[in-house]
Amino acid sequence: MKRWLLLATALVAAPALAQDFAITNATVALGDGSAPIEGGTVVVQGGRIVAAGIGIAAPAGVTVIDGAGKWVTPGLFATVTDLGLWDSQGVEESNDTSASKSPFNAALDVAPAINPDAQPIKIAREGGVTRASVSPDNGASIFAGQGALIDLGADPRVITRARAFQFVNLGESGGKLAGGSRAAAQALFRNALREARDFGGRSRPTMAKGSASATPANTGDDIPVDPRLLAGGGERASDVLLTHFDAAALVPVVDGRQPLYVAVERAADIRSALALKREFPKLDMVLVGATEGWLVAPDIAAARVPVIAMALNDLPAQFEKLAATQSNIGRMKAAGVKVAIGMFGGDNQPRYAPQEAGNLVAVGKLPGASGLTWGEALAAITSIPAEISGMGGKAGVLKAGAVGDVVIWDGDPLELSSAPMKVFIDGVEQPLDNHQSRLKQRYRDLDTSVLPKAYDW
Amino acid sequence: MFRNASALAAVLLLGACASDTKGDRVNSASDGAVPYASTYKVYPGRPTALVGATVLDAAGHRFDSGVVLFRDGKVVAVGGSDMAIPEGYDRLDGTGKYVTPGVIDAHSHLGDYPSPGIEANSDGNEATAPTTPDVWAEHSVWPQDPGFTRALANGGVTSLQILPGSANLMGGRAVTVKNVPSLTVQGMKFPGAPYSLKMACGENPKRVYGGKGQKPSTRMGNFAVNRQTWLDAKKYAADPKRDRDLGKETLAGVLDGTILVQNHCYRADEMALVLDMAKEMGYKVAAFHHAVEAYKIADMLRENNVCSAVWADWYGFKMEAYDAIPENAALLYKAGACVIIHSDDENGIQRLNQEAAKARADGRRIGVDIPDEKLIEWITINAAKDMGVDKQTGSLEPGKMADVVLWNGSPFSVYSRPEKVWIDGALMFDALDPKRRPVSDFELGQPGEGDVK
Repeated sequence: MKRWLLLATALVAAPALAQDFAITNATVALGDGSAPIEGGTVVVQGGRIVAAGIGIAAPAGVTVIDGAGKWVTPGLFATVTDLGLWDSQGVEESNDTSASKSPFNAALDVAPAINPDAQPIKIAREGGVTRASVSPDNGASIFAGQGALIDLGADPRVITRARAFQFVNLGESGGKLAGGSRAAAQALFRNALREARDFGGRSRPTMAKGSASATPANTGDDIPVDPRLLAGGGERASDVLLTHFDAAALVPVVDGRQPLYVAVERAADIRSALALKREFPKLDMVLVGATEGWLVAPDIAAARVPVIAMALNDLPAQFEKLAATQSNIGRMKAAGVKVAIGMFGGDNQPRYAPQEAGNLVAVGKLPGASGLTWGEALAAITSIPAEISGMGGKAGVLKAGAVGDVVIWDGDPLELSSAPMKVFIDGVEQPLDNHQSRLKQRYRDLDTSVLPKAYDW
Repeated sequence: MFRNASALAAVLLLGACASDTKGDRVNSASDGAVPYASTYKVYPGRPTALVGATVLDAAGHRFDSGVVLFRDGKVVAVGGSDMAIPEGYDRLDGTGKYVTPGVIDAHSHLGDYPSPGIEANSDGNEATAPTTPDVWAEHSVWPQDPGFTRALANGGVTSLQILPGSANLMGGRAVTVKNVPSLTVQGMKFPGAPYSLKMACGENPKRVYGGKGQKPSTRMGNFAVNRQTWLDAKKYAADPKRDRDLGKETLAGVLDGTILVQNHCYRADEMALVLDMAKEMGYKVAAFHHAVEAYKIADMLRENNVCSAVWADWYGFKMEAYDAIPENAALLYKAGACVIIHSDDENGIQRLNQEAAKARADGRRIGVDIPDEKLIEWITINAAKDMGVDKQTGSLEPGKMADVVLWNGSPFSVYSRPEKVWIDGALMFDALDPKRRPVSDFELGQPGEGDVK
């Protein structure tokens, strides 16, 4: 009977409350690019960071966690992930990353599809990832659709910001999706933005006709649903390529209210992408990929366009990645580009972020190579991706006012031997169990002398 | 242990013969009338004494401030700081650094799925029939794959087994190569290495052929096709008047123990079925590759003397990987089973040392402690055993190939990289010398030629 009660409690988790706590005497890495601080303190109250650094006293009445021998960092921020969009990537029935048979593209919004109970989210959380951006993959169009910002807390409130960005591919695969060439992708893109601009301008005066108000339908701290989506018919003039829905979805992109993530790899494609900003000056562009970014780093820096790149690409995996090198991020950073380690989709699990960051520290020690300092490497998986995602100062950093996302590690967080011991999100200590940890517990021994393993749970 | 030792000895003896009395069998690169024979030659090296580094010899020892001597392509001696260094050796100070055997990857597709990964280069799966034991991976290997150079420079990889893909139940013959730049695959082939047959269980074959509306479309179909193919091969092997049949020659080689079996298999229940199929048909599985559920049957794998070639922590990318856990390798080690960390990936092959380190750390958290000198075996001698080349390489022992990596720190730290890599005593990579770095033909005159990668 007791066991049943325990089970019932375990199965229906009560909403966890934010704790007020201080971690003292730990090695604290703020995530802002600075070197780790020994003997540091982090104070979290009301779900937010109150203070972090040295010479800080734990406020009276808060739980004190002894951090001796431990490291403390902000929660990791994984950008351009597919978290919550699949249970098993190769199982088509479980995979919502792309929709090649949908009539829609730019309008696709991942937010309602994200499943906070998916194992990859739990596994990433166990690895110290507390925030992420989730991006759709391209299906049948250069426009993949709209990504979301999430937190990885063990609760149903997964979405921090829906429709946080639009994702377009203007590289090799974008060319194929556009009909066969990069020229087609560029034409499609320009046409789409013009249609969106026209659509925005033309329909604005008549917008109120079918709807109660011209006020954008706010759904929280996000890009509002364009009211034109809520009102009026679906028909448009015959000489257009975008559906009503897709054109509406691109209006905030043209207006610069919604960031545009542009996937490009080779130097020439990066230059072509940056040139689009001259034509559409309001575009709030972020480059994704940029494997050859180091070849055009001054151009990227001058355009003030941030980059989300993979840390360890060093193969000419396609012709658009001929100049791939693990020094790419280091060289872009040295040229003044704001660059995050990201693109944690598919096999590149978000929990690999510390390993990838650590490798860039290793690269920096090799003659002729460019890497990152330890502090910069941590920032590339915490504060910088948060800034690029529009959460600068609010996440990915241990700083007063930021969300209470804190990870306590059993050693240097970038080192292969280390792992999180405790993970807090918004000040709430998170469960770190998942399908894998349950299997691990069951198979620590292989004893089936009394009952089959199926009874061991 | 992992192969038929007497069969390999016979093969090695035949290596010098001008003709094979059977005349119609091609089971080893060293068979008498061997086609596509290895033309690999050792490059010149200097007698070298590595002193002062931590040496992990993959033969059970760790020497803090150790000494490794090699000359004429062979390891001469390995020992502690008290070891005398004879005249004529270049002395290289490795204080603060580590020395290990060259890293070995038991599962690679470099060359047959090279970079750039374009359709024109896609030569890894002869996915036109569910069993293709007649195809040989070496006939697909593009020696100019830039991936070989990255595996050397960033991963310290000195030998690797290149397998056909896993679309087919029987994918064809694998080839073992030394990671030396060459114009031809023959110039890379590991002298005397036995061949392996690549087999695959589970989702891939049934998906590829079921998707074409043909057999096998189910796991039971997988087994039916395999068993009938083995029965046909046994008949062939016993027929004194047989005509040459390339596929059955490979299978007959498996049945007589001269060709090893490398079996892609994820699920515990399927591995158990394969072990029974091997018993039924009279062959041995050298290793289960991608064995993500090996931890569930670690005892069975130990008792059957089968290695598990695994990733550290790949997860969930397909249904049969849903029960993968990061403690897999450590639980196998705890049970006394053979563990290999493999890559199956042109990026992962550059970090097998890091993958081993992660797997160890996951083990430590459940109370399984694996010291450096045992951990190094997962990426060196255990892979060599699986591939049947452990008498020649895989550990630093006198008389073995001088395949050596000098790391600029512990190979199990994220902050370390290979500083120098020797293959058969020849310095093939030096991080401190921009010119001592191979650049494939493909990369000449292209952006990033000769760059640090």
